[in-house]
Amino acid sequence: MNLKQRLQQQLVTPEILALMARMPKPTGSFGYDAWGYNEDAATLAVASLKLLYDHYFRVEASGLENIPPRGRVLLVSNHSGQLPIDGLMIGVAAATNPHGPRAVRGMIERFFPTVPWLGNLMNAIGGVIGDPVNCSKMLAAEEAIMVFPEGVRGSGKLYKDRYQLQRFGTGFIHLAMNNDTPIVPVAVIGAEETMPALANIKPIAKLLGLPYFPLLPIYAPLPARMFIHFGEPIIFDSEPASENEVSDRAAQVKESIRKLITEGLAARQSVF
Amino acid sequence: MATKPRKTTHDSMAGSIVKSTAKSMAKPMAAATLESKSASERKTVLVTGAAGALAKRVIAKLHGQYQVIAVDFRSKVETDAGIPSYLVELHKRGFEDIFNQHKIDAVIHVGRMFTHEKTPQQRYNANVLGTKRLLDLSLKHGVGQVIIHSSYFVYGASAYNPALLDEDAPLKATEVTQDLVDSVELESLANIYLWKHPQLNITILRPCNVLGPGVRNSMSILLSRPLAPVLVGFSPLMQFLHVDDMAAAIMLAFDKNLPGIYNVAPDDYVPFQEAVTQCGCRRLPIPSIPPALPKMLSNLLNWKAFFPPYLINYFKYPVILDGALFREKFGWKPRRNLNDIFSYYRKQKLVLSGKS
Repeated sequence: MNLKQRLQQQLVTPEILALMARMPKPTGSFGYDAWGYNEDAATLAVASLKLLYDHYFRVEASGLENIPPRGRVLLVSNHSGQLPIDGLMIGVAAATNPHGPRAVRGMIERFFPTVPWLGNLMNAIGGVIGDPVNCSKMLAAEEAIMVFPEGVRGSGKLYKDRYQLQRFGTGFIHLAMNNDTPIVPVAVIGAEETMPALANIKPIAKLLGLPYFPLLPIYAPLPARMFIHFGEPIIFDSEPASENEVSDRAAQVKESIRKLITEGLAARQSVF
Repeated sequence: MATKPRKTTHDSMAGSIVKSTAKSMAKPMAAATLESKSASERKTVLVTGAAGALAKRVIAKLHGQYQVIAVDFRSKVETDAGIPSYLVELHKRGFEDIFNQHKIDAVIHVGRMFTHEKTPQQRYNANVLGTKRLLDLSLKHGVGQVIIHSSYFVYGASAYNPALLDEDAPLKATEVTQDLVDSVELESLANIYLWKHPQLNITILRPCNVLGPGVRNSMSILLSRPLAPVLVGFSPLMQFLHVDDMAAAIMLAFDKNLPGIYNVAPDDYVPFQEAVTQCGCRRLPIPSIPPALPKMLSNLLNWKAFFPPYLINYFKYPVILDGALFREKFGWKPRRNLNDIFSYYRKQKLVLSGKS
């Protein structure tokens, strides 16, 4: 028995298998889709991340009924915490959604495919490089895509700026409108406290070719309690007349995320 | 639509039914009397690369219904009775004699010098200049339909490739290596003729990896080996097509005559290393870092035929085609699945090991 099989036996529970079987996720004869997603790898990833989800970050998800059980959708979230832990936890929340589990696709940085093993691994658990062609083809194939319109501006921000939404890109609005896709606003509370960055050490970031390099009290994610709130779907059914109107719509989505964050922060009783 | 010189045959008419209904209205009779046609009335189809596994299958399908002329640059192919066969290089003068001797109605251009054959210069001459000459002669002698067999290589294996490349995706093969210049140029050339000379009715087919009995491309040679090199940490997603299904695709493109560019690929995918294992090969891990190392090893060990230095990127990054256009427009669906394709290579190894 190899390592993968042993892990599968140890981690994958019948509940996880049942959820994965319910996912509306078509794959080919070897369990792969066109972007490299693999059923077995995704199952193993969900099973192992579920442990972190339940026992380390003790994630509480609300509004899960707002994720459509099938069909194209964009999950648009705030981004924080230096590492994309928020993305992974949103993925687990959607994959284990009792109202209808979904395999959520995340956009990964373009350098990942060049890294041995990591590139294939990211693809296998649902990551794809953030190319507009990939996005529109995936939406056409009725996939669920996770978007962080703040990008590294959000994930790399310092602890003092926590829960302040950074500038939103507008690509996701174009994507949603060109493909008739509903947008589900998502707010993640608690990821900010997993890696409280005191400063960005730019020379090291530059040296390593990274978008930022945080100065942290500890170089490991802290066990902050996380809350994920899924808002009601927003549907833009008319074509925008101008790029200004597109920005307005992005602002509208941003505002609904801000509202979810404010409510979530008010409801939170302790950070850890 | 420019007029075609010989309109009496069945298929040039099928073509013009698609193109202009009005013109073909008057002649539905010819199709009905197909069976009763004598050999001299049959449409004549020239097939290049006749020695190859794919062209052989195409010729077998054409034979009987059409007058077939087999051409190859490698050898004079042994053909069935009634199929003239020529050993000729397309870019050499003798090639025109075939057009003078036969009234050729259609050309199916499968013949390509593989990327591992001869020098880049010779390959350029055969593939690019040869194709140019083929197209020029087709134009001069009033050929009404040309099918060109291209390759997914033209898209280039780049880390930044999105999946499901459409036919209008940029051809970035030369960004990866200068050794694929001939593949890209052959296509550009065909594209120029496609819009400049619509009477040629050019259809360009870009298949994914074609495999199966008798296929001698790099991938098929690699998967036939007991020990297959793989890059450590890289297992790009790939698409595979059985040579019988590709032959069927060519026949459909020929019968329906809808000029244009089409990817030919199934909507099923498998990582390269999985394919290697499924074909019964043992994996030979090649260090992938630094990137120059696998190229050096390939050169050093003379793995030109199955793991050529300039194709290393194709073993590293995926080139996934969207074959929906061809599937929908031509009603094509591969009959063999991945397991059918791989089982041929598995069985082939069992037979070989049984004998030794």
